[in-house]
Amino acid sequence: MSENLTMDELINKLREEIIQQLNLEDLKPEDIDPDSALFGDGLGLDSIDALEIIVLLEKNYGIKIEDPKEGKKIFASIRTLAQYIIDHKKN
Amino acid sequence: MSLSITKYCLIKDYKVIVNGEIVFKPEETTNFETFIKEAYKNLGTPYPKFYKMDNLSKLAFVASEYALKNSGFIERYEKDKIAVVFGNSSSTLIADTEHQKTISDKNNYFPSPAVFVYTLPNILIGEICIKNKIFGENELFVSKEFDAELLVNEINSLNFLSKADAFIGGYAEASYNKNETLVFLIEKSDDGSSNFDVNNINNIFAEKYLDF
Repeated sequence: MSENLTMDELINKLREEIIQQLNLEDLKPEDIDPDSALFGDGLGLDSIDALEIIVLLEKNYGIKIEDPKEGKKIFASIRTLAQYIIDHKKN
Repeated sequence: MSLSITKYCLIKDYKVIVNGEIVFKPEETTNFETFIKEAYKNLGTPYPKFYKMDNLSKLAFVASEYALKNSGFIERYEKDKIAVVFGNSSSTLIADTEHQKTISDKNNYFPSPAVFVYTLPNILIGEICIKNKIFGENELFVSKEFDAELLVNEINSLNFLSKADAFIGGYAEASYNKNETLVFLIEKSDDGSSNFDVNNINNIFAEKYLDF
C-alpha cells in the first residue's frame, strides 16, 4: 500500500494507474510531468476523468474526498495528488 | 428540395467501406477492439477521446470520420443546421453489462463514471457532435433491427419542417456477436435528383454498390 512507498514511487504508481483508469492510450507514464496541471492546459482531463480519479482514490487507497471544494487543490497535479494520499494515509 | 446521399461509410465484417470501396481491411483481425482501434489509427487524425468511448460510440465515431473526411460537409453548413439521426438495436447492452459488474457486489461497489456515461445510446451522437461542433437537431431510435424506412422518414420529416440544411444519418449496433454501422451524409440536391430512399439505404447496408 501507499504508506510503504516513497513520494517518487507513489508518483510513478499514480501515473500508471491514471493512464490505465482513464484510458490514456497515447501516453506513457514518463510522458506525464508530475508537476504539470492534470486539467485544462496540462493533461487535458475532463470532469468525468475527475470523477474517475475520485473513484480510484477510494478503491485503491481507501481515501474518500469529503469536501468537494478541496478537489481543485488535490487534483492540481500528480504530485499534489500523491501528497494528499501520503498525508491522509498517515492520519 | 429533394435529398441525396452524397457520401457514406459502412463498417461491417471487419471492413471499412466508403462509397462502395474498401478503404481499410486489416490483414489479420483478432477481435473487434483491435480492429476498430486500427481503423481509427488509419484515419491519421489523432483524437485521444476515442480511447475513452465504448464500442458503440467508437463504431459510429470512426464511420462518421471516414464519411466526413475530405468531404467539406461540415464546412458547407451552419453548425446548428446539421441534424444527426441514428438508429440502433441493442441500445448500450455492453456498457450496461460492464456497469452492472461494478455495482453487483455491495462489498466492492465502485461504479465507474467513465463506463456509466456510455449507458445511453444517444451518446454516440454526442461524440460525433462534440468532435465536429454540431449543434443541430439530433434523434436516436432503438428498433429491433436495422430500419431504413424509419431513418428515411425521420430525415425527410426534419427536412420538410426546415429543421436542418444537411443531415448525418446512420445506424450503429454493438453487441456481443455483432458490430456494424452505416453513416451517410445527406444534402439537398441542386438538380432535383434524389437517391435518398429506403431501397438505396437498404442496398448500401447490404453492401450493394450505389452509383453516384
